[in-house]
Amino acid sequence: MSQKLEEENPAEETGQEKQDTQEKEGILPERAEEAKLKAKYPSLGQKPGGSDFLMKRLQKGQKYFDSGDYNMAKAKMKNKQLPSAGPDKNLVTGDHIPTPQDLPQRKSSLLTSKLAG
Amino acid sequence: MAGAGGGGCPAGNDFQWCFSQVKGAVDEDVAEADIISTVEFNYSGDLLATGDKGGRVVIFQREQENKIRPHSRGEYNVYSTFQSHEPEFDYLKSLEIEEKINKIRWLPQQNAAHFLLSTNDDLRINLWHLEITDRSFNIVDIKPANMEELTEVITAAEFHPHQCNVLVYSSSKGTIRLCDMRSSALCDRHSKFFEEPEDPSSRSFFSEIISSISDVKFSHSGRYMMTRDYLSVKVWDLNMESRPVETHQVHEYLRSKLCSLYENDCIFDKFECCWNGSDSAVMTGSYNNFFRMFDRSTRRDVTLEASRESSKPRASLKPRKVCAGGKRKKDEISVDSLDFNKKILHTAWHPVDNVIAVAATNNLYIFQDKAN
Repeated sequence: MSQKLEEENPAEETGQEKQDTQEKEGILPERAEEAKLKAKYPSLGQKPGGSDFLMKRLQKGQKYFDSGDYNMAKAKMKNKQLPSAGPDKNLVTGDHIPTPQDLPQRKSSLLTSKLAG
Repeated sequence: MAGAGGGGCPAGNDFQWCFSQVKGAVDEDVAEADIISTVEFNYSGDLLATGDKGGRVVIFQREQENKIRPHSRGEYNVYSTFQSHEPEFDYLKSLEIEEKINKIRWLPQQNAAHFLLSTNDDLRINLWHLEITDRSFNIVDIKPANMEELTEVITAAEFHPHQCNVLVYSSSKGTIRLCDMRSSALCDRHSKFFEEPEDPSSRSFFSEIISSISDVKFSHSGRYMMTRDYLSVKVWDLNMESRPVETHQVHEYLRSKLCSLYENDCIFDKFECCWNGSDSAVMTGSYNNFFRMFDRSTRRDVTLEASRESSKPRASLKPRKVCAGGKRKKDEISVDSLDFNKKILHTAWHPVDNVIAVAATNNLYIFQDKAN
């Protein structure tokens, strides 16, 4: 009788261990990737869902040029250089005033689509 | 909606998907303007429209019986093309307006002329009367008074196929709201709220990003809706808000590549999904010019590839397999060999027949079932 119980228990434990391992393997890849990212960018915020993040997504590479801001900044600066765009030209932050040079040129009308060729 | 020959199993051995046509140039350097941004069949499937980032629309028409060229029957050839949107600059807001075609929707044919609508999306959903062009009804507005409080954006929206007062919209947080325009003029309060419960212990930095819904599509029956997030396709029963009835893994092997995919921005790629005519199967795209089909009844799935190499007339497509880890078998491709620049974001399924249109960057592939 007691022998039977001993035989049954090991099987149950193995089953439980297997389930734990599977769950860990399921969680592990994403967490490992998170650790990799945080190691590369330690200043990365906790939650990516913040407004800055969403604003970047919404912008989709569009650049904002305000002629009023630009001219006022020019007037203030007078002879000094205007702050130019940082390495990431796609992100317009509060203290950077886009200049006409930062903006992509307006595209002219296109040829017929190659799908119709 | 009964499909002609569409009721069978599209994945696995019962169907033979074959190459039919490919449109577009074989350029090494793809111009931004040539990137296809939307593909849509009309209600009969006789017309197929594409839109691109350059603001152009090309419409293809299916060839009917042709005695001179008997093999051309069923082929899609150019019917019309035009420049739909031009790049603009909004001087008032100092904003550059993109000319990219985001969506094409065919209107039910009312007379001999065919009409179509090409549109854009926002923090708001507006309803337009086709004959009144200077104003619209605002039905959903999630723009906060203070933009710094923004936590969620609308990612996709669709009207119910039969109940014109019902619409759904999805969010960047993986939720779907169903609104009934008859219950109130402003649908900020939803009638139904769909969200799959998340296991808090499995939450990571990437959780919210990969849960963002990139596409939502009602089934033809109107009973179900399908959502696409970064790694999966989910089918929801409109009568059950607590969780999806089906989840299909598109490319689960990418879960262990999320760090790189975040760095190269691929994690923000917006994949679309579509139903077949009888709602028995769903399709969505992936990377390396792969696309996936899931049979809902048999639960079988298949990975196929849109490539010039397998573009011989009526050549059968060979199923592809990605090796997630361990020993790579002969015909498998390893995850690290996948080309993440070759994305299939847009696919369309003929409303009746087993004909599919797959946009691979600047090329349009058309595949048909051998039985067609």
